Amino acid sequence: MPARKEKIVLPLIAVLLGFLLGSLIVILTGRSPVSMYAAIIKGFSGIDIINGQPINTRYIGEFIIQAMPIILTGLSFAFASRTGLFSIGAEGQLMMGSISATAVAILVQAPKVIHLPMVLLAAILGGALWGAIPGFLKARYNVHEVVVTIMMNYIALHFNNYMILNIFGSVDKVKTVPFPDSALLKSPFLESITRNSRLNWGFIPVLLAVLIFSFIINKTTFGFSLRAVGHNKEAARYAGMKVNRNIIASMAIAGAFAGLAGGIITVGTFNFGRVIQAAEGYGFDGIAVALVGGNEALGILLAGLLFGGLKAAQPLMQSQGIPREIAGIIQASIVLFVAMKFGIKMVLDKFERKQVPTTEGERV
Amino acid sequence: MTFEVFLQMFPIALMFSAPIILTALGGLFSERSGIVNIALEGIMMVGAFTGATITVLLENSTPAAAWIGLLGGLLSGVAFSLLHAVASINLKADQVISGTALNILAGGLTVYLCQIIFHQQRTRAFSYGIKKLSVPGLSKIPVLGRMFFDQVYPTFYIAIAIVLLTWFVVYKTPLGLRMRACGEHPQAAASMGINVAKMRYFGVLISGALGGLGGAVMVLTADIQYTLVSIHGTGFISLASLVFGRWNPFGVLGAGFFFGFSTALSFYAKDIPLLSGLPGEFFYILPYLLTIIALLFFAGKSVGPKAAGQIYESGER
Repeated sequence: MPARKEKIVLPLIAVLLGFLLGSLIVILTGRSPVSMYAAIIKGFSGIDIINGQPINTRYIGEFIIQAMPIILTGLSFAFASRTGLFSIGAEGQLMMGSISATAVAILVQAPKVIHLPMVLLAAILGGALWGAIPGFLKARYNVHEVVVTIMMNYIALHFNNYMILNIFGSVDKVKTVPFPDSALLKSPFLESITRNSRLNWGFIPVLLAVLIFSFIINKTTFGFSLRAVGHNKEAARYAGMKVNRNIIASMAIAGAFAGLAGGIITVGTFNFGRVIQAAEGYGFDGIAVALVGGNEALGILLAGLLFGGLKAAQPLMQSQGIPREIAGIIQASIVLFVAMKFGIKMVLDKFERKQVPTTEGERV
Repeated sequence: MTFEVFLQMFPIALMFSAPIILTALGGLFSERSGIVNIALEGIMMVGAFTGATITVLLENSTPAAAWIGLLGGLLSGVAFSLLHAVASINLKADQVISGTALNILAGGLTVYLCQIIFHQQRTRAFSYGIKKLSVPGLSKIPVLGRMFFDQVYPTFYIAIAIVLLTWFVVYKTPLGLRMRACGEHPQAAASMGINVAKMRYFGVLISGALGGLGGAVMVLTADIQYTLVSIHGTGFISLASLVFGRWNPFGVLGAGFFFGFSTALSFYAKDIPLLSGLPGEFFYILPYLLTIIALLFFAGKSVGPKAAGQIYESGER
């Protein structure tokens, strides 16, 4: 199979197998896969195929809300990945983005045109800084980024809670005071066209991030040298590229994407800073998104929409009597199948060799 | 710190240490055989879920329910880690990705099954898990008796026994030598006639067994039921203990005890004059921060198994 085709076919097979496995589990536990798929379709489009109701745009709004942060954490994982780094740190970087956004939203008073960009910029910087730390440790001391980023996620979690409870003040021990309107991404217009969903202007920075990702990686010398480091560190060093600086920069930019996600959740989906009991899974969702999306901007956008829709369908599944966690099971199986791509390729190649002289591209 | 608070705290610290030590020893087997296992968190969740479920379902019929629960946790960990073994040994999956997938899967699967079995997001609460015991005679020893033998969960003794067993297997048996060879240089091991895949299966499945046991121990001593947040990062702390303990069973024992102690400290800090001013979050952050510092400390020295994380191709040199 040619490499280009492989990049599209293998994730699709993984997605297919993931849904198959999910359906199997639903059947084995005595539930109906039909109502699961009905819930998924409703989660994506708002169309109720069981009761034959037309599109309810509210569902589309909520679906996009779910997709926005995980597209960003997907970009985050993918960016580091392109430099050969495996960053599990998006979750923590996202929290640092949240807490930075919270700080600026509460402490600064300014008109919206200044305040909102400041809030988002703070989120980006907070995430970038948190990402730069493991990058620095990797570059300077060759400390493995997987363990460091996992540890930093937990540090960020407790730091976030400490700040919310002790610095920004919280009466109910759960959240801060509401932010002023000037800090919010809220849009009455978007809400009105989606029947009062939480849809907000956050999708614009998300789309910009997708474009910027693609631009940096594919069109700039910087992106080229990042990829070179990812392919072969020693060769890149020999070619005169600044390997260490690239590693730090790559982790910082990855952190920036995740930080932005935190900002969008904090001033878009919510309008207050929150105490977080445990990791909310945006980081792991992002890894799934990036892996299925093949670490490419467009792929990540599509995979983010896929998993966002799946998340949006969760409450609908629950109301159909199917435990909502099936979405997580499907997502995890897809990642597992993506990880097994060599195995799947071996099976495909065997299959291809058996049916000898047909032309390439007819079978999948 | 008043000495009385210290004595009270000690058995609690032992309680928190046991699952960390057990799970980290699991990680030791896996990584020594050459397979990185960040799925320890997920394995613990599966073990904890199984342990709690068995205990709840059997506690009216047998007084040994919690012990059967521990065994069930162990076996479910083996079954779950089999996925990691197949993916990373046979299908040559990236071990970190496969481990990540298992961590996501564990959260989904356990709560899904809770909903099927108990119709709620968690297992039903069990009346009691593993019971504390006092060792007759030894508990009467001044100071040491209260620290180690009075009102202590027997799971800590199990953890200690497995530390010794691990040390013996890994360093004193041909099996351990072969396993370590596969983690350092699988090609060389293969050239000496060692079946690398088989040794790695052994390592990963033992990690599943100990991780599952660790999860069950944790929920049956420190909790009243299994929920999505029952394990809350203890699998990652175990991974940290493995690094902190430099992939050595006694190092793991020390590190696990240290992290258990710091967890217990966060509960007792308000009673200790010197520490009562510090926020609780400080103690939550401490183990993670120390791990990063430990990593910095070891930087440049190769302490971990050399081939851990690499995909093994039999033809390579």
